[in-house]
Amino acid sequence: MSYNRILGLFLRHFFLIKGSLPRILDLIYWPTIQIILWGFISKFFTVYSDYYNNTVGVILSCAILYDFLFRSSISFNMLFLEEIWSRNFTNLFIAPLRISEIIISLVLTALLRTLIGLVPAILITSPLFGISILDLGTPLFLLFFSLYAFGITLGLFVSSGLLRYGPAFENIAWSSLFLLAPLGCIYYPIEILPEFFQTVAKLLPLVYIFEEARSILVNNTVNYSSIMSAIYLNIFYLFLGISLFYYSFNKARDKGTLINIGE
Amino acid sequence: MNTLVSVNNLTKNFSNFEAVKEISFSINESEILGLLGPNGCGKTTTIGMMLGLLRPTSGEVIINGLNVEKNRINLLKKMNFISPYIELPKKLTVKENLMVYGKLYSVNDISNRIDYLTETLRLSEFINKKTGELSSGQKNRVSLAKAVVNDPDILLLDEPTASLDPETGDFVRTFIEKISSEKKMSILLASHNMNEVKRLCKSILMMKDGKIIDRGTPSEIINKHGKKNLEEVFLKLNRTKNEL
Repeated sequence: MSYNRILGLFLRHFFLIKGSLPRILDLIYWPTIQIILWGFISKFFTVYSDYYNNTVGVILSCAILYDFLFRSSISFNMLFLEEIWSRNFTNLFIAPLRISEIIISLVLTALLRTLIGLVPAILITSPLFGISILDLGTPLFLLFFSLYAFGITLGLFVSSGLLRYGPAFENIAWSSLFLLAPLGCIYYPIEILPEFFQTVAKLLPLVYIFEEARSILVNNTVNYSSIMSAIYLNIFYLFLGISLFYYSFNKARDKGTLINIGE
Repeated sequence: MNTLVSVNNLTKNFSNFEAVKEISFSINESEILGLLGPNGCGKTTTIGMMLGLLRPTSGEVIINGLNVEKNRINLLKKMNFISPYIELPKKLTVKENLMVYGKLYSVNDISNRIDYLTETLRLSEFINKKTGELSSGQKNRVSLAKAVVNDPDILLLDEPTASLDPETGDFVRTFIEKISSEKKMSILLASHNMNEVKRLCKSILMMKDGKIIDRGTPSEIINKHGKKNLEEVFLKLNRTKNEL
């Protein structure tokens, strides 16, 4: 493993972000709009809903957590797509970069992109809505960690598809998270789902993360077993994502995708 | 002279299509070997296998005594590639691009290396400009700088002067000659420019339909086919019977 090569790929995206104010504004714009929208919805529900009565910020906190997941996954996909769009893909794969170095570098760069977008959005929730996600306390970091791991895992699944099938897989990159959102039980308890979907949802770490976030904010109790269930599932899916990425890279070498992907 | 690259019975099949069929050749230290053939004859596929971008169906590429399939990362440290079909990130400045690739190839003292390349390849007037804002001749020089940033032992060039004006084309050819002799770099040059091939290459391979159909020095091949120049040989070998 080479620190220099990991840094090199990180710098490629850091320079890209640093050199473009519109790109930075674009990263900040969508999370901010999303958080403001959910802030008003949250405010409405705390006044008019029995379930959310006197639990200011449950919806908004879950919206922030979901956006964190969404941004981390999209960031990972975007880093990969940037290489395809700029026709730089082949240059990267003829450099002596190990797959593990590519993954580590993209994980770090995706975190930077996610934080650039989300930190300003989180900061405005307190003056605008009187809500702070830090109310989740210490478990917040475990929830963030779990969400980030799952976001990266989804990014790995989509990037594997891009490696294997080329730019034709791009649309899946954008829609992957929307597909899982209903099963993630972000804004409602799992009992709302039909029984079959409850079974499927329990196979995803998202249910445990969002159930736990609601439990902390509504009941003021922390259930670490839910957090651990999410972490165990994340480890399993991350392992699967990494394996799939390696498999797709080998398949791409058989099919010739690495050499024609930008064309 | 030492053999640096050995390509042995290399074959690549895509589904039912045989792109490269049992080709063998070698490249010596400091040699510039020309690879000629019409579009779709298997040149890029051959280069792809040499770079480890494609897995051969059978056969092997041995570089410095090591099999590319088993030592891809180690061998890529001392190889590089340039093609008009791949580009450097357009939104990064020339200097940033060279910095990134310097890091990816773990180049020691990147700043000095960039200074050297800036001077040698005349990049100074646009070193801080975004790569996407450059003319095609300037972009070509930047790609060349990226291709030698790691001071490779083996350089694979796919149409390095395609769509360049005569002055820039000549500058690039002179640079290739210079690095080959001074740095003892082995170069595989795939080109459609017959004058370029004749000027730079000591020996050439002619490919057609995935096979090597002829090989030798440019003058040997011209004489063998009884033609005036390489272009006529190329046309003779690649025109169908009806066209003749």
